[in-house]
Amino acid sequence: MSLDNRPLSPHLQVYRLPFTALTSISHRISGVLLAGGALALVYWVVAAAAGPSSYVVANQIFASWPVQLLMLVWTFVLFYHLCNGIRHLFWDAGYGFELQTAQRSGQAVIVGAALLTGVAWLVALV
Amino acid sequence: MAFRTPLKQARGLGASHHGTAHWWSQRLSAVGMVPLMLWLVIGIAGNAGGSYAETTAWIASPLNAVLLALVFGVLFYHASLGLQVVLEDYVSHRGVRLALVTAVRFLALLLAIAGIFAVLMIAFGG
Repeated sequence: MSLDNRPLSPHLQVYRLPFTALTSISHRISGVLLAGGALALVYWVVAAAAGPSSYVVANQIFASWPVQLLMLVWTFVLFYHLCNGIRHLFWDAGYGFELQTAQRSGQAVIVGAALLTGVAWLVALV
Repeated sequence: MAFRTPLKQARGLGASHHGTAHWWSQRLSAVGMVPLMLWLVIGIAGNAGGSYAETTAWIASPLNAVLLALVFGVLFYHASLGLQVVLEDYVSHRGVRLALVTAVRFLALLLAIAGIFAVLMIAFGG
């Protein structure tokens, strides 16, 4: 059996992923990151349930600038996963597979996620 | 096709033995997550930097308590289904994979119950 003529999947270290492939792997990575965000959500509610002193500590942690930065990233990642998830649901229903449509919807997801992130932080800070 | 028995075809569960059950649960929970996450982000953004009294009052209101408990249930269900697929795709060692998938399931259940319990504690003035 000859092994050298078999088709190979893209060699990830030298193959430049097309835009649609980047949005695809980003969906997975964002999902894993959001599982970490879920831990923060549990911590916040459990700290509030544990009483005023533990809530004050949690509030201080969430108010520190590295965690604020992390929350900003998490907000964008959440909205990316949400918007791109809707894009995936359309694909599941059989719509939007044309190359140009997939390209456009991918761009719309990024713009939409950025806008929703901006709105959420406007609500939080104003 | 010749090797398939009529029973196998009638069951329609394929090589995975559970058919589309995992896939369908993932989509169903994804659809539920869309309104829940939009509500959650607005709620958290509106409460950003709030005092202990403000935050617990927000969590304790019946509508918020029910929705937040629902968030913990659906979120950790969706996350464990997603993380399971990621682990099944990238962890090639059978034993390690099984251990990790099991750990994710157990941890997700633990965190969901912790979150829901904290919400109930606050809601019932614990």
